Amino acid sequence: MAGHISPKSTYYAIFGALMVLTAVTVGVAFINLGALNFPVAMAVAVTKATLVILFFMHVKYSSKLTKFIVLMAFFFLFILFGMTLTDYLSRGWYASPRGSVGAGTQVEAEHPVRQQPAATAEQAH
Amino acid sequence: MSTTAAAASPVTYLNEKTTVASWLLTKDHKRIGLMYMLTVTLAFVVGAVFAGLIRLELATPAGDLLSSDTYNRVFTAHGVAMVFFVLIPVVPAVLGNFVLPLMLGAKDVAFPKLNLLSWYVFILGMTVTFSAIVMGGVDTGWTFYPPFSTEGSDSNVMLAGVGIFITGFSSILTGLNFMVTIHRMRAPGLTWFRLPLFVWALYATSLIQVLGTPVVAITVLMVALERFAHLGFFDPRLGGDPVLFQHLFWFYSHPAVYIMILPPMGAISEVIACFSRKNIFGYSFVAFSSMAIAVFGFLVWAHHIFVAGISPYSAMVFSFLTYAVAVPSAVKTFNWTATLYRGAIWMRAPMIWVFGFLGLFLVGGLTGLFTASLGIDIHIHDTYFVVAHFHYIMVGGAIMGYFAGLHFWWPKMTGRMYNDTAAKTSAVLVFVGFNLTFFPQFILGYLGMPRRYHMYPPEFQVLNVMSTGGAAILAVGYLLPMIYLTYSFFKGEQAGSNPWMATGLEWTTQSPPLPHNFADQPVVTEGAYEYSKREMKVA
Repeated sequence: MAGHISPKSTYYAIFGALMVLTAVTVGVAFINLGALNFPVAMAVAVTKATLVILFFMHVKYSSKLTKFIVLMAFFFLFILFGMTLTDYLSRGWYASPRGSVGAGTQVEAEHPVRQQPAATAEQAH
Repeated sequence: MSTTAAAASPVTYLNEKTTVASWLLTKDHKRIGLMYMLTVTLAFVVGAVFAGLIRLELATPAGDLLSSDTYNRVFTAHGVAMVFFVLIPVVPAVLGNFVLPLMLGAKDVAFPKLNLLSWYVFILGMTVTFSAIVMGGVDTGWTFYPPFSTEGSDSNVMLAGVGIFITGFSSILTGLNFMVTIHRMRAPGLTWFRLPLFVWALYATSLIQVLGTPVVAITVLMVALERFAHLGFFDPRLGGDPVLFQHLFWFYSHPAVYIMILPPMGAISEVIACFSRKNIFGYSFVAFSSMAIAVFGFLVWAHHIFVAGISPYSAMVFSFLTYAVAVPSAVKTFNWTATLYRGAIWMRAPMIWVFGFLGLFLVGGLTGLFTASLGIDIHIHDTYFVVAHFHYIMVGGAIMGYFAGLHFWWPKMTGRMYNDTAAKTSAVLVFVGFNLTFFPQFILGYLGMPRRYHMYPPEFQVLNVMSTGGAAILAVGYLLPMIYLTYSFFKGEQAGSNPWMATGLEWTTQSPPLPHNFADQPVVTEGAYEYSKREMKVA
């Protein structure tokens, strides 16, 4: 199959970059960045994945069709995350008067379900 | 009409080499298609035996044949065998493998070795999964929901999971191969809008296979990691969320329904056009509806988990989108019936299977709208209504469509005809048996009979006995093709290259085809269904 042939130096450079980024991932894990812990780890991981896709998988040198298919995979990933988040992000919006809430919602100590378990059970009958 | 008794038997893909090794190491898409057919048929028999056990148990209200634990393992085995090893591969890997390169005027698929690899991966996955069943089975249902699958169940969850993980790669490889084949291997003149609709359907299916299957593979892996390494994905005590599994699982497993139904829909388009002797009504609408189903199919998964405690706002969005996905399916159904209108309908066996498909798919599709409705779903969730609904789609739709396609292309695959009367009888038996089996289940579900229990209140017995009786008729309907098709393979009348006088490149080469399909490179100059230009005498 005729394809782009990159010089070996490119592969070594990318490999080096991946190793450095791996070290960064491990290093960052020992530092508490507070709210930034997750974004930083994700940023490093996404950078690594991008390098692999562009250079090791030759997408940088591929046809527009191949690039389109790769982008489509990310579009579907977006659907997976985005549509799942429609559930998670809106779970806390609604609490019924009887105290039922969505699955996984943090139930506070003063929440009616916690406060009156017996009464709720009786009402159910 | 019998052609001169196999005049010096021409070279075909069947008789070119006949050693076992020549089959096991073949890179010929046609042989791989046949190998898939045998494998899938074996899985179908296994799944059907388990279905028989379920129906026998449910013939009486008491749990007298199987213990509740055994019953759990039996319905799981039925689901796993049928979903992963029959419904998903049956049309793409069997019929698709066989006819796709022929329809494109190509010598083979784009990656023949990968094609053979996909069969071996399938065999490996099937062996591992079935060994989990043989070694005592799995009791989680085919859906593997945690926390039961991650900590409650002591059955062979992991082994079955690994088997399904492996099998997923077979599906990905087939999808990838087909996508590249359709892009790169089309005959000169075969533009996208001259492609047969079966090819469009396979393309849409391949998209789902490539994009969806990795998600379920990773999800199964996450179950394994939680089970063994106690990583908290789904267990709330470890910071996970059990509903997350259901999101991830159905992100693939709902589109998987379209992997099952889209290729049979493509086969239906081919058969309807041929046996109505007409161009398909609204070709581009039917083609794009396949793509629309593939894309919209990824946006509806949470309708499986409306009652699992997801946000009601999210549920509203998913409910609306589920109604929306009914539109392209309806486009197809209307266009098929419009194709029949004023067509010269030729009542041969493939067409009888198509009529069965149309009726059953219609019921299956419309009852899907019931379950998509947020209010009604609370009443019918996890009842026999849902069981009936998805069997109407998967068996009434997908399997009927497979048989329509199989009867249509059988003369091409084997070079021989089958007994038309036997085939029609089988189609009618399946239609009657199927309705008798599953229609009562709609009523049972509406009345409140939950799925996955081996006992039920005595007032449900009449409907359950009807269902079990129907299953027996259904079994006869499925056994018949095994008999007359096997007979046809060895002794059937010679078919000639184009017994249905059909359009399409696959009918321009001999039956069974040459090892490399065509003697000369075909060139395409017209659309896929130019039946109006053909003379045809109906016998």
